[in-house]
Amino acid sequence: MSTTQGLRDWLLTEEPTSRRQARYASWYKGWLTLRSNKLTMFGLYVLAFLVLCAIFAPVLATHDPFAQDLGQRLLAPGENGHFFGTDSLGRDIYSRLLYGARISIYIVLLVVMVAPLVGLIVGTVSGYAGGWIDVVLMRITDIFLAFPRLILALAFVAALGAGIENAVLAISLTAWPPYARIARAETLTIRNSDFIHAIKLQGAGPFRIVTRHIWPLCISSLVIRVTLDMAGIILTAAGLGFLGLGAQPPSPEWGAMISEGRKYILDYWWVATIPGIAIFAISLAFNLLGDGMRDVLDPKEDNS
Amino acid sequence: MSAITIKDLTVWFGTGAERNDAVKDVSFDVADGESFGLVGESGSGKSTILRAIAGLVPTWSGEMTVAGETLGPKRSKAFYSKVQMVFQDPYASLHPRQTVDRVLSEAMRLHGVENIDSRIGTLLDDVGLGPGFRFRYPHQLSGGQRQRVAIARALACDPSILLLDEPTSALDVSVQAEILNLLVDLRHEHKLTYIMVSHDLGVVGHLCERIGVMKDGRFEEVLTVEDMRAFKATSPYTRHLLESSINSIR
Amino acid sequence: MTDAPLLDVENLWVKFRTRTGVFDAVRGVSFTLGKERLGIVGESGSGKSMTGRAILRLIRPPGFIEADKLELKGEDILNAPEKRMRQLRGGRVSMIMQDPKFSLNPVMTVGQQLVEALRAHEKVSRSEARQRALEVLDEVAIRDVDRVYDLYPHEVSGGMGQRIMIAMMLLPNPEILIADEPTSALDVSVQLQVLDIIDKLVSDRGMGLMFISHDLNLVAKFCDRIVIMYAGRIVETCKASELRNASHPYTLGLLNSVPDLEHPRDRLEVLKRDPAWREAPSVSARQ
Repeated sequence: MSTTQGLRDWLLTEEPTSRRQARYASWYKGWLTLRSNKLTMFGLYVLAFLVLCAIFAPVLATHDPFAQDLGQRLLAPGENGHFFGTDSLGRDIYSRLLYGARISIYIVLLVVMVAPLVGLIVGTVSGYAGGWIDVVLMRITDIFLAFPRLILALAFVAALGAGIENAVLAISLTAWPPYARIARAETLTIRNSDFIHAIKLQGAGPFRIVTRHIWPLCISSLVIRVTLDMAGIILTAAGLGFLGLGAQPPSPEWGAMISEGRKYILDYWWVATIPGIAIFAISLAFNLLGDGMRDVLDPKEDNS
Repeated sequence: MSAITIKDLTVWFGTGAERNDAVKDVSFDVADGESFGLVGESGSGKSTILRAIAGLVPTWSGEMTVAGETLGPKRSKAFYSKVQMVFQDPYASLHPRQTVDRVLSEAMRLHGVENIDSRIGTLLDDVGLGPGFRFRYPHQLSGGQRQRVAIARALACDPSILLLDEPTSALDVSVQAEILNLLVDLRHEHKLTYIMVSHDLGVVGHLCERIGVMKDGRFEEVLTVEDMRAFKATSPYTRHLLESSINSIR
Repeated sequence: MTDAPLLDVENLWVKFRTRTGVFDAVRGVSFTLGKERLGIVGESGSGKSMTGRAILRLIRPPGFIEADKLELKGEDILNAPEKRMRQLRGGRVSMIMQDPKFSLNPVMTVGQQLVEALRAHEKVSRSEARQRALEVLDEVAIRDVDRVYDLYPHEVSGGMGQRIMIAMMLLPNPEILIADEPTSALDVSVQLQVLDIIDKLVSDRGMGLMFISHDLNLVAKFCDRIVIMYAGRIVETCKASELRNASHPYTLGLLNSVPDLEHPRDRLEVLKRDPAWREAPSVSARQ
């Protein structure tokens, strides 16, 4: 008890005595802000639950997600030890859902690693450099923005061939332009601020200014946007799966599962509905988290 | 020897029909160790002169010689180890995500200063902040403390010339006094040359020996503080400015 | 003295809930305001602006107000419903903010905003509202009122903007004007003009003025009575004419810390803040 109290005081001190303490303290304060928002915490719990499900899928699964048993096809939830029933080929939906979480999270992580990074680089370079570099980069961004996202992703997948990796690539290629726009807008306001002038007067070059001083300030708004977009990314991935252009059967991707269940939706509602609920849950969780992150990361609100 | 010589400096913003001359044919020089004040109302171009010297405004013509170096369109790294600037708004001049330690150590690293750790201690001491401030973020500091950090950053590379852009106008009068005293002390300790911009004649009069009064991008007149105190201003605008500021002090 | 003062405040507290407990921004302030010019002086963080806002109940959560008494001409405003407060704000009590740039709506012309402000409080026809708006613009010493009427806020200078703000605040004939640093965003010479205008209007119309500023010298010159705040409390109050006889070390410190062109000193006096000031009970500025 006394040690946790001591740790709390150490973290909330107004006079940190080392670099490490200052950093931990600012994280801890952010965490406290995040924690005070109940909806955000709910989103975080749901996500943590889904991640745990994905990690421990082999332990939690009751059946082999790929094992077909035509004798057991289209069982209702709860029948014969299938929590969520079985699909048209007699595969256990519960187990497939668990393994499907892995695919969804895998897709999300890949997209998140590619799209915001590309957007960040393009946006900050464009915003800070200005002139013709700005014009060229922003027109390219506009071209990408002009296409509806799913259509563009479809075109890429059609060109590259169906599969998860190509789906991820296609989604990333369509997802970066908004990030570039945000990063550029942020950069434009930051680059004329006095603290950037001050570091310029210390002789810092453009590369250092962009990566060390502008990126940290852009990243917060990008992170917020990413968490809010996450739902869209998952839905696009599911949409591609649904159209048969994402993950290929028999892989238990949620979108593909809905697509399969569609044929039976009137008679066997659970086949399509249960993966649908899963997609809904993860999208909602990311949205709630994104909302809370906005409160934590927005430096303008940083007056606690 | 003069630390700063400015000849026929014209600074403009925009091009073509949009062109707007903020500073027009301004010439002055500042001796080594002198403190020169620039006074005028907002939009008179006084801050623009500082920014042009510091290299923050690329569109200028004329001749500028600072610390023995004739300035071209780009500033060398050596220039920035001799000339530094303190900005008006201490809330905007510190990176919101960087601790005092990070701000100072980065400035020193860029200038290749050795013994950064111990130097930061002395620097904080110089500007009247204790070691307890070293790892704070700007939002944990008051306006006056932030301005002290900004001054420490400007002093990190041991410059000989400080450009002060209204360093106290965003602060309370009581804090302003502290910062002005600090600037006076630092000037003696580090043998600094100041150019200070302010709209407050009292502040400029306290810190500077000679004052240039600006209006619409031009010098109305340049006079010493003693002359100003003795009301020996010749231009009607300066007299008007003097009257209104003496009135507001009374 | 006269009958009920325009404003009667007793033991006003403004508190903010924070992570580490309740923070008191204003701690037990009492004062009255009659038909006079009352200056409230203090450093940033002394609670002077909070006091001004608290009177209009403009404190947002997590902040909240407590007081023994908060009365406007005998009417309790501490527990008045929000609807009534909206009538009072801008109707009987007006507030001028620091920076005109942020107080005027950028997409409406000056005239439209004045008319809107008037029609929000009174039932008048458009043409009559226009007439009144032009008159009040004239009153704040704006030349060429017809031209200014059709300008957008970005087309006017800072001093002009502040005068327009004053005009807008005066339209509904308020009884009390709260001016929160109305001139600190302006140049020195413009400052005096704006102050003169406020001064004239206040005396002509017989309003009560609450002038909030950090500049003690300015307030001393401009107001009848001065309240000096430190750390959320009133440390001293006196007639402006007797400021030279002020005794509190904080007041003296504020007076002496200003660099004076005519009387140069090598070192400016620096306030040595005594923790006891913080704890000393608030002085009442009631009359």
